[in-house]
Amino acid sequence: MKNAIAAFAVGFIFALGLGVSGMTQPQKVVGFLNLFGAWDPSLMFVMMGAIGVHFFTYKVIRQRTSPLLASTWQVPTKKDITPSLIFGSVLFGIGWGLAGFCPGPAIASVASMGSRPIMFLVSMLVGMYFFKLADHKFKFKR
Amino acid sequence: MNPDWINALMGGAVIGLSVSLMLLLNGRVTGISGIINGILTPAKGDTAWRVLFALGLIVGGFVINYVKPDSFMGQLATSDFTVVAAGLLVGFGTIMGSGCTSGHGVCGISRLSPRSIIATVTFIAAGVIAVYTFRLMGVLS
Repeated sequence: MKNAIAAFAVGFIFALGLGVSGMTQPQKVVGFLNLFGAWDPSLMFVMMGAIGVHFFTYKVIRQRTSPLLASTWQVPTKKDITPSLIFGSVLFGIGWGLAGFCPGPAIASVASMGSRPIMFLVSMLVGMYFFKLADHKFKFKR
Repeated sequence: MNPDWINALMGGAVIGLSVSLMLLLNGRVTGISGIINGILTPAKGDTAWRVLFALGLIVGGFVINYVKPDSFMGQLATSDFTVVAAGLLVGFGTIMGSGCTSGHGVCGISRLSPRSIIATVTFIAAGVIAVYTFRLMGVLS
């Protein structure tokens, strides 16, 4: 229960960050990816801000033996560069450029009641489900 | 400095703080695609926090919409077909690639994970090539 409330707070704060940063405006996202046209570098600063904070907080937090509300750390430890990692990232990048939405901003944008974010979000969930079906058959991730 | 850049930097810092909070409290990375995907494959005792996280994002979205409604301006004028195709690609691709902008781009790079660095470079490069190609094709303006 405490973990769920914590997750709600994180989601809430994350969304505020997205709104302030400009990530909820697909035209800005496409402008950032339009490197060979009228490039809008502003969203590069979102990553700089986020990594600039978390690079340090990560180190400090991981000095603890355990998180505050859980018994163990659940941070990914995989190191292998797999075809799924690359191919999946390529597909994601194409979709990101096509709609200007990645998962976080798409979910937060549902609050705008616009038909496009909702349509995108439903399609994204279907895409996730399709991967599950495909992975079951082809075992991409083994 | 361009005000858009300052907003981006500040918003980014807030995102950095929120993912730090997730790590400190729940010991997890804030990988949004992974958190949402977990709802589609419900495991006992592992679903409520995921749903509440998504709810937090949406409630946060309502607050932004109230305080600064222009945060949701700048929608593209592409066809519905394009939106659906993009959503399918993002859903399929983020799960296949084990992460998106938050999990790989923010959390993974912050801990210098080689997988996340390679994934992030890959999806940004793919996005740049996609935008270039779709503009040539006239899909994007």
